[in-house]
This record gives sequence, structure tokens and C-alpha cells, in this order.
Amino acid sequence: MGLESSKWVIIFLVCWLYKNVSCNSVEQKIYVVLNNTVPCVRLLNATHQIGCQSSISGDTGVIHFLESEADLEWPLSKGPNPPYMVVLESSLFTRSIMMKMKNESSRVAGVAVVIPNTSPPEFSPHTTCPNENTGVYSDNYGPNLAHCNSTVWNPLGNGLSYEEFDFPVFSLNEDNETELIKQCYFDHNRAVNGSAPQYPLCAMQLFSHMHAVTNTPTCMRRNNINYSINPEMVCDPLSDNNVWGSIRPYNDTVFGHKENESVVIAAARLDSRAFFWEVSTGAEGSISGFVTLLAAAQALREVTHEAPPTRNILFAFFQGEAFDYIGSSRMVYDMEKGKFVIDLDNVHSILEIGQVAVHSGTNLFLHSDPVSRRNNTVNDEITNLVKNLQSSTAGLSFLLVEPGVSQPLPPSSLQRFLRARPIPGIVIADHKSAFNNRYYESFYDNAANLNLTYPSNLSPEEQLEFVTDTAKSLTDVATLVARALYKQAGGDESKVNTIKADPKIVTQMLYGFLVSSNNSWFQAMMSPDLQDILKPSPPQYYVGVAMSSTPTRLVQYLLANFTGAATNLTQSQCQKPDELPNESRQMYSYLWVQGIVPPNSTQRDSFCVRASVRLTRAISPAFELGEYASKDYSTWTESRWKFIKARIFLVASRDLEMLTLGVGVAVLFTFLLLTYFVSSKADVLFSSAREPASAAY
Amino acid sequence: MTAAVFFGCAFIAFGPAFSLFIFTIAKDPLRVIILIAGAFFWLVSLLLSSLVWFIATKATNAQDLTLQKDLLIFGCMFSVILQEVFRFAYYRLLRKANEGLAAISEEDGPPLSVREMAYVSGLGFGIMSGAFSMINTLSDSLGPGTVGLFGDSQYYFITSGVTSIALTLLHTFWGVVFFEGCERKRWWVIAVVLCLHLMVTSLSLLNPFYVGSVPPVYAIMLLMAVWAFFSSGGSLHNITLLWTCRKSNTETSS
Repeated sequence: MGLESSKWVIIFLVCWLYKNVSCNSVEQKIYVVLNNTVPCVRLLNATHQIGCQSSISGDTGVIHFLESEADLEWPLSKGPNPPYMVVLESSLFTRSIMMKMKNESSRVAGVAVVIPNTSPPEFSPHTTCPNENTGVYSDNYGPNLAHCNSTVWNPLGNGLSYEEFDFPVFSLNEDNETELIKQCYFDHNRAVNGSAPQYPLCAMQLFSHMHAVTNTPTCMRRNNINYSINPEMVCDPLSDNNVWGSIRPYNDTVFGHKENESVVIAAARLDSRAFFWEVSTGAEGSISGFVTLLAAAQALREVTHEAPPTRNILFAFFQGEAFDYIGSSRMVYDMEKGKFVIDLDNVHSILEIGQVAVHSGTNLFLHSDPVSRRNNTVNDEITNLVKNLQSSTAGLSFLLVEPGVSQPLPPSSLQRFLRARPIPGIVIADHKSAFNNRYYESFYDNAANLNLTYPSNLSPEEQLEFVTDTAKSLTDVATLVARALYKQAGGDESKVNTIKADPKIVTQMLYGFLVSSNNSWFQAMMSPDLQDILKPSPPQYYVGVAMSSTPTRLVQYLLANFTGAATNLTQSQCQKPDELPNESRQMYSYLWVQGIVPPNSTQRDSFCVRASVRLTRAISPAFELGEYASKDYSTWTESRWKFIKARIFLVASRDLEMLTLGVGVAVLFTFLLLTYFVSSKADVLFSSAREPASAAY
Repeated sequence: MTAAVFFGCAFIAFGPAFSLFIFTIAKDPLRVIILIAGAFFWLVSLLLSSLVWFIATKATNAQDLTLQKDLLIFGCMFSVILQEVFRFAYYRLLRKANEGLAAISEEDGPPLSVREMAYVSGLGFGIMSGAFSMINTLSDSLGPGTVGLFGDSQYYFITSGVTSIALTLLHTFWGVVFFEGCERKRWWVIAVVLCLHLMVTSLSLLNPFYVGSVPPVYAIMLLMAVWAFFSSGGSLHNITLLWTCRKSNTETSS
């Protein structure tokens, strides 16, 4: 072992040690970092900013657990140690309390909301009139129906999601961390007998600094400032992909009007939102709708191969509908500009599935637009569609009723189509006028809201297969929709009664979308590369700023499996199908899915699915056109941020801090004087300092 | 805890070292060099002893807390012994260097006496030891929180600063006494310094019982101050001389 190799040994040793060192520092004595928190983030549109903002170095406040609305006077006026970090139970998370704190925001450092496991009786942070400025009703079109003058769709809405707060608002789950916060509060912050609590006090610091301000035109302008090689982006438009599929395929490279082509569009929305960032389920709001449409597509597969209908049926799933109809406005724009495979003139009629969480014995309602019905042609078509629908309910447990009054359409993608053309259309929903959904666009719109319950002794695989009552009723709706679509597309009347949706598929979808997406059925339907988007919890349905979120991917693969055909192609052929004579990537999309595990082996039976299912970009036309202040299209953007963090610790009194500083300054000056004195008299004090020179060597 | 506590603790911990540096070291470049080299020697001794401790902890079960505590105590004691060994090594190095410095200096004889080197090297050890123990705590004192969420005392930062003063001054005095003992070949002095150093370290292991650790350390420091004063050529006579000198100065001037 020469010098060279021992040098390498030392270097290797030092590197290994560096990697393995862990720091047990003072920081761990002081701070406890909260991991399971969700922030509220800032969103911007053409004119406003909504959401929450913290200062760049976090907002610190003394923790105060709010007991009632009257207790608000402690943090807002009486409490001696402002600013306060107010911790609320969800029953106190109301508009009046949040508005009071917003008005006195100099004394409020932030708010933390404890989300319980059971839902309150009702809660909807959305507005009372969703998407009121980007629907079809305006001062020019049905002015008495615009702005919810005749029907208030979401009367329980308190509009909190659309308020602007200049302090951070975080949500906490009811778990060990919240217990720790409660313990810290009761140990240190309780006022005993009306006197002020003593220092040190328990405090919380929330970091959620958002980079974008004011509105979308401002933040898009700031995005484009090129100061350096990497420009600092401050916001991103909300965008995702729409999923569409059709019975007869279209050539994906030929856009614009198709001669003699008449299409029935069946539409549903995919996304939902909540007050806090990204936690949104939308069980009744959107999942009930798109699961029904997927089941209907699956039910139509057999009969459309045996006896194809005259018109084509196009299944469209729109993303971003919660934010001023991002997906549907983009599809209508593409159709108008000839950038989609069909044109608005090709569209014969539209059937949209809204919130359909029907319980057995109740009715479903068929909403239509009264203004377009003033035209006789459109009215006849709509009446025909209603007749097709009502004749399809034979043997099912509910009736279809038209709401008798001259009522506008509920917020739905159909409204964006009507803005362009008076197309005959119907929206199926479970509410006659106001929503039945008590948790519209909130984080409580989850499986419990759909009464999705499983018997307690089932394993996850058994729960996946168990047909719940919710699944049975949604299956009936899917059967109805499939039959009506087939009739509307001019299919063979004698075959209609053979169309039945499969309750097993519906219940598996409900389990995968609402309970756990990492189940064996979803794993079999998805590609091997996308397995990591499947998690043990349900997916999140917020549209977000990324390319394709989990719900989009899941719906794409499910629709492909339901409407497409399995082929014998190998994996490499599946990626390059154009080399084969009968396959064409322009007509179909080819997806390699993982397949199930057969009972006697461990290898999956993967295969290539050929389906006419495509993704199209769902970003608002305002960003394509550069009209960031557009009044016609959605202009919603999400701000960017560096990091989001929450932690708790104790704070000391100002007096102790100043005492420390005073002591420090005193010590410094004392020693300066002392040392000066001693060093100037050193020759007197240390008289025998100079020793004889010879002693050294 | 905020900027006030940061500056307060920084002034407390580094005030004495800073004032000693300004008034006694900064003017003479040779003293500065010996100071920095002394700090480096201390740092190397700490590095080697922490390497030993680190290997010991990684080689054993990390979950066994009593074993880890025992290993920590062992590590501290080993570190103390190694520091004193390095102090001795530095003494030998300085003696050797003194011959060379004397040869090239313009004056007649060595530019620095052994007493001065003793003081400067002790101060170097002390400054680096104080900085090492205090910097980590100081950086965490800048945040908004203070120690106490897990039951520690909230006087943590002040006590750290105060202990740091004691440590700096103690190393200075030990340096003086140690070098003097080596010069006069009084080996029992080295043993006493080692024992006192071990005692101070074990007292710090009593923390967070601050009442038990800080006053005894200050008592030892005062004892060492007196010993170092006498061993570096001071005497009671000099103090009285100083006092009368001042008195006579004030008499003559007034």
C-alpha cells in the first residue's frame, strides 16, 4: 500500500462518513415541523386575486384555539400578545368568522383549520352562482335568467374560496400532530383566571409565500420579463387535457368540417375543487357524472359493433370546468377555428350528465335551455331527445321529469356550446332547481356524501368487487344514458333493450375513484409506466397546472379499455403500429396495458388496446390568443411558490430578549475596559516577563 | 429567538475573546500567526477525537440509548486527552520554531518569549473551542422560536454564552500554566491541567442542570486565573505597586 492508495482510502473514508452524518442540533430542541398540512394557495383571474398569502419569511403567531364566535374578541381585540394564529374547528370555519378575521388582519397571523373525519351538516365554499360570467346567460341572452336571477343553484355557498386573505390558511388533519398542538396550547397558552398567560408561549409559523400578485395580465407580463437565462416564472395557467372517444374513429390529422357527418356528443366533467389546494374529491359534483358516462360507453360497445347507429357518438370528458369552463370552452374554440376533428355544424345534439347521485325512488331531471327552445327546430329536437330519454327508463327505478318552469340550464359544459351555436341539448341532474349537493366543490364531497359504504369485514379486494347500492343506482342511470344515446344516434330500435350497463364495472370504478386508486382492477387497466400514479388513497381532482393529472390518465385508459378492442400486437408493435398494414396511428391510439395476473402464473397478461380515444389540450383560449384580460374565456392561473411549511415552537418574551442583548453589550464593554487596563499595565503586573535570552536554546 | 438574542449571545460568548484579541494580539503579526496555528491544532485534535467517537457510534446499535450516552462520555474524555496531547505537541513545535525565529530575527534573541507564546496558544485554543461550541447554537437563535417545547429551560442560549466565556478563558489559563510547567519540567502541572479539564467537561455533562454546572466551572476558572497570574510572573507586590502607582499618579496630576 503506497502513499497513493492510502490517499484514496482516506478520501473514500471521508466521503462515506460525510454521507452518513446526521445532525442532532439545537433546531430539533426548538421546532416541531408539521407534515400533514395543506395550504390554501393564490389563484388569479383577469381582474382579481383570490386565496391566501403569507409573508416571505413566514407568519408567526401565538396559538389560540377558538371556542366560539364570541371568543374571537380575544385574538382580535382583548388578547395581550398579538399577532395570533387562530386554530378553528371545522364547525367554526364559517364566512362570518373568516370575514371578521380578514378585517382585523393586523392581529391575525394566520388560520389553521382542523378537518374532522365526519362531515358537518353542510358546507360549500363555492359561490352561490357558479361560473356566472362565462356561461351562456348574459345581458344579451336571457337577461332575466342571468346571474341566478331566477334560480340560485348553490344556495349553501358561502363564497370563501373566492375571497382574498392576506394571511395564510392551512388545514390540519385530526392526528398526532394536532394533539401535540393542543397539548402545547393547554400547557402554555391558557389564560388562568382571566390574567394574561405567561411567557414562553406556544406559537406556530406558516410559510406559504405566493409569487404572483394582482391579476392574470400582471403575472403573465412578469413571466415574460427576461432578466436572465432562467426567467423566474410567477404563475401558470390552469390546464390539463380533455379526454374524448368516439364509436367510429376519426382521422386525427384531418381537422375541420366533415361532410355528411352528424355527431351526438355525450359530455361529463372530470374535475372539482375545494378551498385548500389540491384536496378535492367531487364525489357528487363530478365523479357521479363521469363514472356514469364511462359505464354507458362500455354498455354501448357490443351493440355499436353489431348494429352501428347512423350518427356517430362522441364521449367527451372535460377538465377544468370548475374554473369557468376551461375544457369545454377550449373544445368549442377548437371546433370554431377548425382545429378539431369535427366542426360545430357536425354536432347534432348534446347530452350532458351532471350531478346524478340518485337514490332509489327519487327522480332525475332533464334541464334544457329555454332561450334556444324558442326556435322551433331546436325545440323539436330537444323534445325528441326527451322522448328518447323517457322511453329508455323502462324497468328502471326512477322517472325522468322536465322541470316545469322556464328555468335556465344549471352550470354545465353545454352552456359553452350554446354560446357558439343554438345546439339542442339536455343536462341530466338529480336536482330540480337548487343543487341537492350540500358540499358542492368542498373537501367534504367524498365517498360518504354518496353513501358509499361497505360492510366492515371485507378486505380491500372484496370491497372492490362488492356492489354497493350507490353503484346499483348509478348503473341504472348509465343504462338509461346508453339507451337514449343509441336511440338518439339513430340505432336499431329492436336492439335497445339489450343495452345494459354492468354494475360490477360501476362499483369497481367507484371504489377506484373514491376509496383507493391502487387496486388490482385499475392496475390491470393501466400501462406499466403509469403504475406510480396509483396510490392507496383516492386521486385528487383539482385541475392543476401539470400536463395530465391522475384522473385524466385514468379516464383515458378506462375509456380505451371500454370502447376499444384488444389486439395481438406485441409491445414494440404497439409503439409503432404504422409498420403494420392494417393499423394506423392516425385513426386510433394504441395503448399498452398491463392486464390481469392469470390464476396460475405470476406474469401479467399484457396486451395492446386499439381505441379511438384521444387527449386534447384543455387550456383556456385566452392564453392561446394572449388576451389575458378576456371576459369571454377563463383566465384562471395559479401562483408559483418556493416552499410551503408549517412548524410550532415556543416564543420568549420581548423582555428576556432585550435582557440578553443588554447583558451581552455589558459583558463586551466590561471586558474591553478590563483588557485595555490590564494590557496597558502589563509591564507592571507581569514584572518578570522578560526571561534571560539564553534559556531558550 | 430573534436578532436581539443572537447579538446578545454572540457578544456574551465572544466579547472576552474579541477584546483580548484587539488589545493584545492584533498589533503583532507573529502573535496572530501563533494564534491561528493554535486554533488549528485544537481543531485537528477535535476532528480526530470525533472521528473515533463517530466510528464507535456507527459500529454499535444506534437504538440503545444508554450505550450511546456512555459512548458520548467516552468520546468527551478521549477528546479532552487528545486536546492536551495536542497542546503538548504545539508546545514542542513552538520551542523548535523559536530557535529558527531567533536566528532570522533582527533583535538579539527570540522575538517572543515562551510566556507570550503560552498565552497566545492558549487563547487560540480557547477561541476555537468557544466558537465551535457556540456557532451552532447561535445560528438557531436567529429563528423566531426558543428552546423549551420539550421541557428544556428557556435560559439555554444565555447559559451557552456564559459557558463559552468560561471555556475560552480556561483554555487561555491552561495554556499559560501548561507551557510554564513544561519549561520547568514540572510534569505534575500537566497532570493537574488534564484533571481540571476532565472535571470541567464532566460538569458540562450535567446539563441541563445549569445550577450544577455553571458555578463550579466559574470557580475553577477563578482558581486557574489566579494560578496563571502567578505563574506568568505576577505577584501581590506587583498589584500593590500598580495600586500605589495609580494613586501616586492621581496625586501628582491633581
